[in-house]
Amino acid sequence: MSDTNVGNTPPQDDLPQPVVRKSKLGFSLIWLVPIIAALVGISLLVSHFMSAGPQISVTFLTAEGIEANKTQVKYKNVVIGKVTTMRLSRDRSHITVAIDLDKSASAFATKGTRYWVVRPRIGAGGVSGIDTLLSGAFIGADAGDSDEDQSDFTGLETPPAVTHGAPGRRFVLHASDLGSLDIGSPVYYRRIQVGRIVSYQLDKDGKGVSLQLFIDGPNDRFVTSDTRFWNASGVDVSLGADGLKLNTQSLATVVAGGVAFQDPPGPHNEAPAAEMAEYTLFDDRATAIAPPDGKPRYIRMRFAHSLRGLAVDAPVELLGMKVGHVVSVNLDYDPTTKTFPVIVGALVYPQRLGQAHEKLAKAVGGPDDDTMFPRIMSGLVGHGLRAQARSGNLLTGQLYIALDFDPKAPKVAFDASAKPVEIPTTPGDFDHLQEQISSIVDKVEKIPFDSIGRNLDGSLKELHGTLKQVNTDLLPEAKKTLQGVNQTVGTANDALSEDSPLQRNIAGTLEELQRTVRSVRAFTDYLGRHPEALLRGRGSDAPPKISTPSPKQGKEEQP
Amino acid sequence: MNAPPRGRDLGLMSCHVCRLVTAWTEEPHAVCPRCGSPLHARKTGSITRAWALLLAAALFYIPANVFPIMRTQSLSSKDDNTILSGIVELWRAGSPGLAVIVFTASIIVPMLKFIILGYLLVSVQRSSGFVSRQRTKLYRFVELVGYWSMLDVFVVAILSALVHFKILSRVEPLPGVVYFGVVVVLTMLSAMSFDPRLIWDNRKTSQ
Repeated sequence: MSDTNVGNTPPQDDLPQPVVRKSKLGFSLIWLVPIIAALVGISLLVSHFMSAGPQISVTFLTAEGIEANKTQVKYKNVVIGKVTTMRLSRDRSHITVAIDLDKSASAFATKGTRYWVVRPRIGAGGVSGIDTLLSGAFIGADAGDSDEDQSDFTGLETPPAVTHGAPGRRFVLHASDLGSLDIGSPVYYRRIQVGRIVSYQLDKDGKGVSLQLFIDGPNDRFVTSDTRFWNASGVDVSLGADGLKLNTQSLATVVAGGVAFQDPPGPHNEAPAAEMAEYTLFDDRATAIAPPDGKPRYIRMRFAHSLRGLAVDAPVELLGMKVGHVVSVNLDYDPTTKTFPVIVGALVYPQRLGQAHEKLAKAVGGPDDDTMFPRIMSGLVGHGLRAQARSGNLLTGQLYIALDFDPKAPKVAFDASAKPVEIPTTPGDFDHLQEQISSIVDKVEKIPFDSIGRNLDGSLKELHGTLKQVNTDLLPEAKKTLQGVNQTVGTANDALSEDSPLQRNIAGTLEELQRTVRSVRAFTDYLGRHPEALLRGRGSDAPPKISTPSPKQGKEEQP
Repeated sequence: MNAPPRGRDLGLMSCHVCRLVTAWTEEPHAVCPRCGSPLHARKTGSITRAWALLLAAALFYIPANVFPIMRTQSLSSKDDNTILSGIVELWRAGSPGLAVIVFTASIIVPMLKFIILGYLLVSVQRSSGFVSRQRTKLYRFVELVGYWSMLDVFVVAILSALVHFKILSRVEPLPGVVYFGVVVVLTMLSAMSFDPRLIWDNRKTSQ
């Protein structure tokens, strides 16, 4: 090669010859550069591939606060992944967030893992997620138990109240409504907070609410199979037939609502309850602690009169025992009698009768099923059981339904197979009173006030005429008479006055009479001493001169 | 051939460093007798080196674009930006001019370098005599714009040095910028390794 080249070029002898150094390597070192680049690239690729965890998708109702490639997924504040994309579902009802989890967080792509968006939340139970105000929302994660892989999750709209693995147990409560409870509402045991409400949902049939609550360990051991839960929410003001009631648990529950539980007094099962045991949530402590009510029975009553003051929830009492409450008060129309009877529906709890119920059941016999109650009621109605709306509170006019025995009640047909059981009714106390009053009113109405009035009016007219006559005729006469009387009296007065001649005459006459009487006495005295004088006349001895003898004396005696 | 004679035709060659004219030699490991620097009529392994470096640069260009180059952390947000997302953000933020500059420096220029150098290398290997003068101009252009691509790296470096207000805001360089810097350096080295004189050797001869 060099020969041909040298041959091509003219010889340059005077120029220095280059030094020749042999290379020891057979290939150009420069290829190391792309090889290193490739190695780096491959290592990056491998490390990326190795560190790439599972990819999951989570659906949320809203993407509020979530940003693609920015929002992180955290567990216990450690970043375990990142949101990569975000898209709207086809029906636009929710959004789907794609998340790249870290390799180390592959356990979070399993069944049971929960995801939720951590946003600042202010609730009655406190403030959470304040840090997200500055850092922006992130997605919180909570791993589940399962090892089963899952890549599609439904995100929670609210953070779970309990993280996985927290000591404690969950229980389920059944309530008729949620009341003022909410997720996170406290659960109290002897007024110490021991847990909170984790979730709630409507029952499948829509007839109630199921609440899940979590009791932190180690206090969960206080929940036994006999434990009673009641709603300790807020201020409970009730105005019933038994007056005004006001209940509060604590200031916190007034605001946030809450649930309290306690074991019933007396002997009961002390063993801690199983996880997810189900309980009924009572409305208040009194009903919760009371013996169980058993299955409620629906009864119906038809009242022929107004039931003003009978409210839903009014008590139903059997011989003074509260056995149930009114659930409905409805107006009905009876076309045959053209009246509006009131239909009252009530729930009664036969087991509240305790022993009585057991004995009744035994007496009736037969299978203990739905037909038992009508059969018992049939017997009781046969003995005169009647429903009556009575006034429970005169002040408020509240009524309650009293089930009482009225032996005098007329027999009624009772259909034991009817559903619901219909209890015959009898008019209430007030109705009796009303009847009596109305009968009195009837009688009063029968009094012929009209004719009485008319007659009275005629009499009064006559009286008026008479009085007129008296006024015009009699009164002047009377006046004259009175004047005459007045004169007479004046004359009499004059006659009787001390210096009147009559007086003087009388005085003289009386003096004369006195003298006469004296002489008569002297005469009788003489006669007493000398009775013979009557025959012989007066003796020689002169009679004693006691007083001047009146000449008349002698004359009188002489004849 | 009406072109002026080349050194090879006259049996001459020169040292690249001290410009000493020496006798022609085909020996690839010859060094300058005066300054000791390697002597060659054409840069030794020019095409190989250019190819290797270009290839390495192309390889590094992938992570440079995929990885974020800069993290902007402010009170309320944390932003990791790749080159492209940074450009998009600049554009959206209302600085289209800046976006265009960054796009030119970070995307267009490297891509141009890859294309031009690749084209030059392929055309030289095929001893094409086609538009030699224009190709030389292209080469000069590549050399000229080469370091402009470092703009991005400087921006990141300066920002992360200057913007450092603890929690208020902070700019951190991320691995992507290193790869990008490597890409720029490698393309420049590749351009330097390329011997433009090869463009004129439009004959099937060994160099």
